[in-house]
Formats: sequence, C-alpha cells, structure tokens
Amino acid sequence: MKTTGNSLWLALPVAAAALAFGVAAAPLPPAPSAHPPASPPPASASRGAEVYEAKCGACHSLDANRIGPKHRGVFGRKAGAVPDFHYSDALKKSGIVWNEKTLNTWLQSPVKMVPGTAMGFQLRDAQERADVIAYLKQVSGKH
Amino acid sequence: MIEDIGPKSRRSLLIGSATTLSVAGLGVVLGSAALPRAARAATGNAAQDVQLLNAALGLEHEGIAAYQLGAESKLLKPEVLKVAVTFQSHHKQHRDDLVAAINKLGGKPVTAKALTDYAKELNAASLKSQADVLRLALKLEKGATNAYLGVIPSLDQPDLYLFAARTAADESFHAAVLGNVLGEPIPEKAPMFG
Repeated sequence: MKTTGNSLWLALPVAAAALAFGVAAAPLPPAPSAHPPASPPPASASRGAEVYEAKCGACHSLDANRIGPKHRGVFGRKAGAVPDFHYSDALKKSGIVWNEKTLNTWLQSPVKMVPGTAMGFQLRDAQERADVIAYLKQVSGKH
Repeated sequence: MIEDIGPKSRRSLLIGSATTLSVAGLGVVLGSAALPRAARAATGNAAQDVQLLNAALGLEHEGIAAYQLGAESKLLKPEVLKVAVTFQSHHKQHRDDLVAAINKLGGKPVTAKALTDYAKELNAASLKSQADVLRLALKLEKGATNAYLGVIPSLDQPDLYLFAARTAADESFHAAVLGNVLGEPIPEKAPMFG
C-alpha cells in the first residue's frame, strides 16, 4: 500500500510536467501492485509463549487452575476434563478433544463453538492462534 | 470486598474505601434501556453474557487478592503501597459493577476464593522483593486489559461493550504506571493491546 501510494504521488507530477511542456508523456510504468500476501510464517512455540503470557495469562496458567483451567497437557485432552476445575455445563458436554483444529476454532470464538461456555475471549489473529497452539502442543509434550 | 477472601485485619482499613455502585448507577454504566431482568434472563444471550461477566468477575476477584497479597507482603514501600491500594480499590469498583450487572441479568455472581487459594495459584511464595510484587501486578494488569478487549466481540449486550472497554482502559492505566515504576521501556509498536 505504502509503495503504491508513494509511486502514485511521485508519478502524477512527472506526467503533468511532461504534458505541460508538450512532451509526449511516456507511458507510466505500471504502479507496483500491493505486496502479494506473504504466506504466514510457520507456527512458532516461542512466539506462542509470548502471546500466551500477554493474552491468555490473565486467566490461565500452565500448572494452576485460576479463572480458567490449567493448560499443561491440554493438547489431546478432552474438554472439561481437568480435575477440580468448575467448567460450564456446555463445555463439559461438548465432547471436544483439543487438537490444532478444535483449538483454532475455539480460539476464534469460543461462544460460537460452544454456546454457554464461560470463555468469551477471542484471539482473532490467525498467526497468534497458530503460535499459541504450537506452544500449547509443546508444553503438552506433543511435539 | 476484601473481607470476603480473608480474615479481617488492618487490610480492611487499608482497602475498605471502595465505593459501591448503586443500581441506579448501573443504569448509567450499562444504559437505561438495558436489562429489564425478566426479559433479559429469559434469553439464551443473557445467560451467555452472565457466563462471560462471571469470568470477568473471577478476574477481578483475583486482581483484588493479588494486591492484597502485595499489601500484606511488607515488601512495598509506603508510597508504592498507597498506589497499590488505590489500584485495588479500582478493581473493587469493577467487581461491584460486575456483580450489579450479573444480578440485573438474573445471574448469580461468583464469589471470591480464599486468599490462601489465590496465594497458591499466583505462587505468592516466590515474591521476595517489591519488584517481584509489581511484576506480578503488571502481568495481571496487562493480561486483564487484553482479556476485556478480547471478550467484547463475544458479548451480546451492546452496553456491555462500553463497560468492557472502559474497564480495559483502567487496567491499561494500571499497567502503564506499574511499567513506569519498574523502569520498563515504552512499547515501540502500537497497538499495545488487543
């Protein structure tokens, strides 16, 4: 976007000046297109650890039940299965097993995936979701 | 109230000044057209909002407890303790607002755990200095800011959007002050939260 915009602002006065002096304006080079969407970097557990701390850490810890259940071992675990944590009925009855796919859907919108859940936090950035999932997989010993 | 989570002591003097939001005040917070109880409680969306507000209430209970643990640690210098107590009073206000909102929606607010439970969950035994206490508070405040922002798209009641955003702003203010006291560098990139 920035490159395209700058090129346009630079190109317009040049073309106008060429026309004003009776010089046939050479066809403008095609404006560079916006950067093609780069493929997302592969998921990174180390980045995921940072995102986890910043965005999940208010409610969750790896080894303690807090506002949310502890997360170590979550990968491959059935939803609502941490002992001594009080889950919503909706999550307990969901039948979900946590893996890349289910965690990705869950983190996009828990209330859409399991209406009645107590978790409303949405992690909307796809890269952050992938990184957090990689981290949760790592701390669950599922490399 | 802090007394809900531990024995009464000097801390009730320290932290007993939180104001309580009246029901009329809640109307201002949440909007006067919000929440006719019977109508709202009858819908699944109201029940969903109650669930989410209760999670936020759990967060506030924990935040109040964290500042309580810090206040009782004897690790804080007097001027820092004063700030911590003020921040705790803000969390008490958030708690009271959430309790009022949950009641209005026909829900049952979650109660606080014992202070000893929070101490264990937050690993309070590892706090050995003022900086340790402030780092814990900073982590929780940053997390709470993100938590409130991240829940907004899941809320059904539009008046709750403002409530959550306003509370997030309070938490981010706390985080900024704590980060400054700890000498943390100013984040180079924006947005810093959400």
